[in-house]
Amino acid sequence: MNPALQGLTFIIIGVGGCIGYFYFSNVVLDKVIFPARGPKAGRNINRANMIRPWLFLFPALLALGLYLAYPVFETLRLSLTERLPGGQSRWVGLANYQQMLGEPKFMEALRNNMMWLIVVPALSTAFGLLAAQLTDRIRWGNVAKSIVFMPMAISFVGAAVIFKLVYDARPINAEQIGILNAIYLSLGGEAPINWLTVPFWNNFFLMAVLVWIQTGFAMVILSAALRGIPEETVEAAIVDGANPFQIFFKIKVPQIMGTIVVVWTTITIVVLKVFDIVYAMTNGQWETQVLANYMYDKLFRANDWGVGSASAMVIMLLVTPILVWNVYNARKEMR
Amino acid sequence: MDSIAGKKPGLTWAVNLSVLAMVLLWIFPTLGLFVSSFRTGDQIVASGWWKALFPAEQIVQLRVADPDENRVERDGVFRVEGNFFLTGELTGEIQAFGVSSRDLGAHAPGEAADMGDGESLAVNADGSYVWSGSDDQISGRGQRVFVTATVPPDFSLDNYDTVLGEGVVQDLISWLVGAALVGIAGFLALRALLPAHGPVLAVGAALLYGAFALIAALRAGLVGTTPFVATGLVVVIAGAAYVLVRRAMPEAARTMAWVLGITAFAVFVTDFGVGTGVGAATASEDMAKAFMNTLTVVIPATVIPILVAAFAAYALAWMDFPGRALLIAAVVGLLVVPLQLALIPLLKLHNEVGIGKGYVGTWLAHTGFGMPLAIYLLRNYMVGLPRDIIENAKVDGATDFQIFVRIILPLSFPALASFAIFQFLWTWNDLLVALVFLIDSSGQTTVMTKQIVEILGTRGGDWEILATSAFVSIAVPLIVFFSMQRYLVRGLLAGSVK
Repeated sequence: MNPALQGLTFIIIGVGGCIGYFYFSNVVLDKVIFPARGPKAGRNINRANMIRPWLFLFPALLALGLYLAYPVFETLRLSLTERLPGGQSRWVGLANYQQMLGEPKFMEALRNNMMWLIVVPALSTAFGLLAAQLTDRIRWGNVAKSIVFMPMAISFVGAAVIFKLVYDARPINAEQIGILNAIYLSLGGEAPINWLTVPFWNNFFLMAVLVWIQTGFAMVILSAALRGIPEETVEAAIVDGANPFQIFFKIKVPQIMGTIVVVWTTITIVVLKVFDIVYAMTNGQWETQVLANYMYDKLFRANDWGVGSASAMVIMLLVTPILVWNVYNARKEMR
Repeated sequence: MDSIAGKKPGLTWAVNLSVLAMVLLWIFPTLGLFVSSFRTGDQIVASGWWKALFPAEQIVQLRVADPDENRVERDGVFRVEGNFFLTGELTGEIQAFGVSSRDLGAHAPGEAADMGDGESLAVNADGSYVWSGSDDQISGRGQRVFVTATVPPDFSLDNYDTVLGEGVVQDLISWLVGAALVGIAGFLALRALLPAHGPVLAVGAALLYGAFALIAALRAGLVGTTPFVATGLVVVIAGAAYVLVRRAMPEAARTMAWVLGITAFAVFVTDFGVGTGVGAATASEDMAKAFMNTLTVVIPATVIPILVAAFAAYALAWMDFPGRALLIAAVVGLLVVPLQLALIPLLKLHNEVGIGKGYVGTWLAHTGFGMPLAIYLLRNYMVGLPRDIIENAKVDGATDFQIFVRIILPLSFPALASFAIFQFLWTWNDLLVALVFLIDSSGQTTVMTKQIVEILGTRGGDWEILATSAFVSIAVPLIVFFSMQRYLVRGLLAGSVK
């Protein structure tokens, strides 16, 4: 069957199935199991209303449980076992973790990920804050915002191609087509540099891609937060003779600290999952490995599910503090 | 803020300039790709794309026509005449020319270069030249000329023809313009007439829309092969359009034009895919196929989770039951669980169930991975709806199902739209899920992102193919982004800040 028709069929079955499920399960509940008539009408209505939320929730809970909650535990189990030929597996305890910790590629990925975790959220948030503050004060601010926000729509792979062109290097006597090398040479650089193959520093050139993408996100949210600041506090500071920098750093930033933290943590999560950029640009060569790509290597190239799952658990472990903090905040808000 | 004290004009300037610098920094990389996609491979490697925007000065070495065939004698003087523009050897505007490699720009156009012993060569601004001299001089090979010309920026759609197929971009543009015209006309008509005539006109609009879809389907050749599918398509689309217009009047009427355009676009792409998807695998068909496959992944993966999540979000927002707070906390927690953890367990699961690698598994995976954000966004929005409406409806005897379908769903349209955009962007741009759950060794189920990575690996030097393919893949999200930015921002704010 043509994939497009298959897709259409899936939409019809999916949408029809969902609507049918929700409609008929409600009908069955109200008319067949607990009909709202006869001697027990009152009790039946109450019972039906106790069950109904679960009817509404069931498909979503199934999807959440099967596709997100179950894999966490299954991955944990896989990380503690070893796959044997013939589909069997054997309990090996922490051996996978030990093997992983002994691999230089893993330590490199861990070190790089730590740098990503510091640099990308910091720069994105800083640039985002700067852009939010500056664009709010000028007439064509909305246009500027749109442009800074635009990379959000671009795929990591698309961004990888875009930046490959930026970082491109040609031989020294040829015309440079990568803008970075063109600028570097015009500023007096001696020879064009292949930026992505310079160990250690190439990490920063990869991070620049993600910073470029995430700044728009930070800007949009921080700009809304900045606009939410009570005008009186700013006016009071002006009356007291504060200069624009003092207003920004001592009045505005402290008031939006909560939002800054939210933005920071959200970008942190994106960074932990970053895979496409490294996969498409260097594939972990020249010391640019990161955890997500390391994991992909182990799972699908080396076919080593044990170590692959163990590295996935490391990512999970790094996410956990944010998870706990988010849940804690959500509970606090609901009370 | 404009009139506050403590504001200096110098500072305003600094602000404007720094914003400008930032905007340029942010747009430059994308612009490079965009410009490059309109240049030939030779042009791309010959000069930086930023130079392509301006007329470039070029020195071209040419030869005048072969004297043995072209010379004409008059009064003992031999002449060779011709025109570099007409032969296609030169384009642009001639600035200067020279006959010796030591002085390339010695003469202005129109001047005659004296080459000694009565031999001379004149090149005019219109490209014509005259080379004259004695029998000996005007013989052998044609005289060398160095012409300095300013070549205007040269862009073409050739790359798009290579990547997508001959004439596709032109077709696309005419389709989009047509769809937009129909959409705008329909929208204007709807806006003018709807308040007065309500459902009658909505049905009319739906029928019109259905007819449009039917024409599109006919063109796509769907009707010829599978009439039932085409009929079903039309009925579903017309029905959906009717429901949209009736249920959520103001917002839906506005988006109607967009839906119209996007559907026409999708059908067009189907048309293209069905028409040329089979045959020898060339670069162009691979990319066209990948485009089709991406659409096939994206649309169900966007539609299904919305519906499932909306019901759950309503239950979490407005129904009272034990364990609700716990479930909300669980959703917030699952929001950050990396999907990397799910790859192997789910692949195993899919294999055990019998889905294996394929579209169904990918749709299900995207549905699952998008679910926490969908529930979270929609619940946050629904909680903010006024309690009175819901309680009034309850007093009037509406069931929860009716309240949800008739009241909550239409009112939540903005939140639904923002999640739809998120999910659309995320599934369109995704590489990892497609790599793991979709792409098998048959090569039939590739997506755009994978295709681009492939080109990066095997044909990394072919910038014209790479740039064009990449731009094709980011064009669709960019269109969605710029047209729906309002909803996207609203969704971001609802999802992150409370």
